Amino acid sequence: MSVAMGSSRRLPTRTVLTGGGVLLLLAFALGASSGAYAISTAQLWGVLRDAWQGVVAPTPEHLVFMNIRLPRLLLGIAAGAGLGVAGALMQGLFRNPLADPGLIGISSGAALAAGITIVLGAWLLPVLPRTLGSWTLVSMAFCGGMAVTFLIYVLSRSEGGTRMALMLLAGIAINALAGAGLGFLSVMATDEQLRSLQFWLLGSLGGARWSAVALVGTVVLLACAAALTLSAPLNALALGESQARLLGVDVERVKRRAIVITAFAVGSVTAATGVIGFIGLIAPHWVRMVAGPDHRIVLPASGLLGAALVLAADTVARTAMAPSELPLGVLTAFIGVPMFLLMLRHYRNRI
Amino acid sequence: MTLACIDAGLSVGRKRLLGGVHARLEAGRLCAILGPNGAGKSTLLSLLSGQRPPTSGEVRLDERDIAGHAHAALALRRAVMPQESAVAFDFNAEEIVALGRLPHRLRPEADESGIVPAAMALTGVSALATRILNTLSGGEKARVHLARALAQIWHPRPDDASRWLLLDEPTAALDVAHQHAVMVLARQWAARGVGVVAVLHDLNLALRYADEVIVLDQGGKVAQGPAADVLTPELVREVWRTQCERVTSGDGSPQFLFGSA
Repeated sequence: MSVAMGSSRRLPTRTVLTGGGVLLLLAFALGASSGAYAISTAQLWGVLRDAWQGVVAPTPEHLVFMNIRLPRLLLGIAAGAGLGVAGALMQGLFRNPLADPGLIGISSGAALAAGITIVLGAWLLPVLPRTLGSWTLVSMAFCGGMAVTFLIYVLSRSEGGTRMALMLLAGIAINALAGAGLGFLSVMATDEQLRSLQFWLLGSLGGARWSAVALVGTVVLLACAAALTLSAPLNALALGESQARLLGVDVERVKRRAIVITAFAVGSVTAATGVIGFIGLIAPHWVRMVAGPDHRIVLPASGLLGAALVLAADTVARTAMAPSELPLGVLTAFIGVPMFLLMLRHYRNRI
Repeated sequence: MTLACIDAGLSVGRKRLLGGVHARLEAGRLCAILGPNGAGKSTLLSLLSGQRPPTSGEVRLDERDIAGHAHAALALRRAVMPQESAVAFDFNAEEIVALGRLPHRLRPEADESGIVPAAMALTGVSALATRILNTLSGGEKARVHLARALAQIWHPRPDDASRWLLLDEPTAALDVAHQHAVMVLARQWAARGVGVVAVLHDLNLALRYADEVIVLDQGGKVAQGPAADVLTPELVREVWRTQCERVTSGDGSPQFLFGSA
């Protein structure tokens, strides 16, 4: 609406960040209390108080919460925050509100590596465990994402530095190639392998355990902190690369950092959860609609909103068709695709 | 306090955009770069701004190769108003002007918060502060970008390093009143010691406001000197292939009447 009137209405920074925090808390409370074993609000308070005081109460709600639900919720927060912040970074870097972390190949590279591990694992790595959430799969996926991102980065180098249009095209080509590789693998796969591959490709927080939470959480936290240091240069980049350079911004360094941060954040998240689509696309967009395009707000608020969205989607994924669990990517796509189409309408004059 | 081209040129592939230009600009003066379309005016401006390194010769700021000045240090004392600039996302006018203060974010001025509003007032865009830049008219956008450039070099540097304001066709999208308002502003900034360099198409604006002009044609310098000395009907005929008559306006400033004589 604000575009039509040509006037900008923005909520104050504090309101936006508080609102994002409240949304995240609500999603956390909802996710904590609902599930196969329902935990009432009163019980939840009790468990949280006990956990805070270091008391280990042998109640079932305590066991369920501390061993199953809390790691899952925390992995969801890390995943959502990582994807949201990475999405904001990529959109700022490509100067395009329709950009997505997948553009630089992290998800497709991770997916291809995961596919290879799942389908060809028995032959390539016969001694290692290859189940969902296992360290073999996680590290293979992480390395795959990194390798493909690096390949796309190298392909987009030209004399004057990194050309973003080249990067976009290289990304599209490599993503298509990875898709073809996955298609080939799915033909070779047994039914059981196909099922785990499918599950991985649609994302799930089901593999959450404390070790993964600690690792992914740490990487995402560092990535978010590093991303915030890029907010002012990203604002300058909105004027175009040459104007940003005239404002003293080292554009190549900003690009390199944004890509490395995104690769680590999305690479670690995807390795642990599979491909969770659309969060990186829609979270920054929603923030920009209420808070304006200043990256000093868009980056942190996208992290909060992304985390809230993933927690909410995961809660639905766990409960909607209980006892069976819906893939998380299905739900984020159900929210994300209509949003994406609305955005296309909104930006149709600028593409 | 000088910005100088020494035999500077720029070629892209085999195509020579600019070649062998010698020019010496002084801080505190307003210099207009003139020439027909494709003469290399914007190319010369991009060499002077350090935006592009020359492929031959050298550009020197204060007697030092401009490539030797760090980008961040240059940004504190040299601002460029672009000819056209597509801005990503829905930034409003005030946020765009505030980007001019980005180079100073680590060492803000005492009156930092007042600089952006003051710069916007100077170019007459205060009322547009909350309007989204991409919805403004071409002339309004130009004045917002001018305010951004002014905000960037608002105060003299503590080390008294020369400040430079480079304007790429600042008046192209403006109505007559705003064209003159912008040129008056450019003169005022020159009077305060800032070196102002403007690419202009309007020879009459150059005659009225510029201390000095550089005339380019086909990628080379044709003439440089005081506007009234350089800009003769003969030169205009030779460079622009247009007939004109030079008259003197009421205030004594020479002006051209085109298409006559």
